[in-house]
Amino acid sequence: MRQTRKAVGRGPTFALGPRLSRGARQAGVGWAFVGPSTVLIIALSAFPAVWAWILSQQRWNGFQQARNIGWRNYETMAGDEELLSAISHTVFYTILFVPASVLGGLLIAIALNREIRFIGFYRTCVFVPFVASATAIGILANYIFDPQFGFANTIIKSLGGPVQRFLEDPTQAMMVIAVMTLWSQLGFTVVVYLAALQDIPKDLTEAATVDGANRLQIFRHVTWPELTPVTVFSTIWQLIGALQLFDVVYTTTRGGPLGATQTIVYYLWDQAFQQLKFGYGSAIAYALFGLTLLITLAMLVYSRFAKVQAF
Amino acid sequence: MAASTAPAPGRRSWLPFSGWHLFLMPLALVFATPLVQMILTSLKTDADIRKFPPDILPTHPTLDGFIGLFTESDVLRWIANSVIVATSAVAGQLVLCSLAGYGFARLRFAGRGIGFVAVIATMMIPTQLLMIPTYIMFTKIGIVNTLPSIIVPWLTSAFGVFLMRQFFLSLPVELEEAARLDGCSQFGVFWRIVLPLAKPALATLAIFTLLGSWNDLIWPLISISDDRWYTLQLGLANFQGTRRTQWQLLMAGNVVATVPLVAFFLIAQKHFIATMTFSGLKG
Repeated sequence: MRQTRKAVGRGPTFALGPRLSRGARQAGVGWAFVGPSTVLIIALSAFPAVWAWILSQQRWNGFQQARNIGWRNYETMAGDEELLSAISHTVFYTILFVPASVLGGLLIAIALNREIRFIGFYRTCVFVPFVASATAIGILANYIFDPQFGFANTIIKSLGGPVQRFLEDPTQAMMVIAVMTLWSQLGFTVVVYLAALQDIPKDLTEAATVDGANRLQIFRHVTWPELTPVTVFSTIWQLIGALQLFDVVYTTTRGGPLGATQTIVYYLWDQAFQQLKFGYGSAIAYALFGLTLLITLAMLVYSRFAKVQAF
Repeated sequence: MAASTAPAPGRRSWLPFSGWHLFLMPLALVFATPLVQMILTSLKTDADIRKFPPDILPTHPTLDGFIGLFTESDVLRWIANSVIVATSAVAGQLVLCSLAGYGFARLRFAGRGIGFVAVIATMMIPTQLLMIPTYIMFTKIGIVNTLPSIIVPWLTSAFGVFLMRQFFLSLPVELEEAARLDGCSQFGVFWRIVLPLAKPALATLAIFTLLGSWNDLIWPLISISDDRWYTLQLGLANFQGTRRTQWQLLMAGNVVATVPLVAFFLIAQKHFIATMTFSGLKG
């Protein structure tokens, strides 16, 4: 601080001298700290995001001259039946995955939120699958749900049920993918809920007990309202993840059977990098981005409107 | 995670143990089964795998799956590539994100506000939006289909900068001021005073980056076509396509890809859980 005052007191003559002015020196030091990250992030996020917008108004395969076609990529999307069915598969997966991951996560977190024997073991079992990669999940799915030798059919057979085709059955494939992604992702919601449960002040539940509330009433009127921010957040978080499903599809069904598991991002990847339609792919990416933003905003507005303080 | 609710007081159970075990024990089994099966299958013979009804434990434990994996695929090269990518990613983020996080948290300089807004605004851009232009850009500068094309996008992240900034803001400023009065340079304050205090945040950032860069599939899939530069995840995913039913090979590969992270999780469980909690509550 003393130094600062001295520098100002000496007036601007120094700024013109061999030493840099205070402001310039501070900027130099500051940008030495933040510059590398800022430049990289702008070059690899902000700049490509703008470029993708320009691409989405073009027809380009990467070799020939790009042609500006205005909004035509977006118009094509509206009539693209393959895209529309990819959207419906994605929505189907989202409906399977998001409520199960949020409510299941809450239920398991409540069960795990107590000091009993083996609780550390139980928690570890639930959390560990979170580190499994999409490749690992995919190979495991193919193995466990193999129609001939898979563990799932072994259990069904030993219970006397009919053998299922799972990932080879268009009506079942997406459900298998949902089950396997839930297996790895539930740990995440559980951790988040568990942390929130342990943050609830004990006085609150104790006061309710003193007032004669039973366990269900305590949950409904004390615990659940306290958890709302976490519920809103994990719902949005899992929703965004579900709408972007790609890699487990790639490592299990590659969009099949009969296109039944082709999701929006899988279709985007196929259009952009297999068919080399860079413009159309970018348009799909922007549409997905817009859709995600809309849903997120709608959920935030709704939670505000419903007098829920999430953020 | 340490604190926990006490068992319900004054309720007598009709079981000699807590009734929650009846729910939690099967649940833990269901969650553990796939990973346990993965390890057991990697040690089985082909005949064992195809047996009905199957044995849970391998009757003739064998390392054939691993031997086959290492002789019939380039898995060693894939592991090396993945280790290089993950190490560079973690090192890059620890250095660049903590520098930038500190700069945005503590230093006053021209352009700080606009720089910070620019960085934070990119946090909501999804990767799918960036894949196509990044691929074209990397093709133009000639690094597509090389390891740097997978490393560069991981070197820093808006999330990491944000995480570190939040952490530095939570530190008391007095220590730094004292060091500065003692004549410590700005970088000296950062390196000697602040960074040693930031270990918990650095651990979170390292785990987050390690998980992301080790497990990433879509970007290597797009950027890498030469199998010399395959990462472990990409190599296995494609290997699976050619060896669809050689389960002992595939499971051996899965063990190689997953067990290091699982072991790391078990060792540093507290830090992992802190990472998961933080990324869940960052909004």
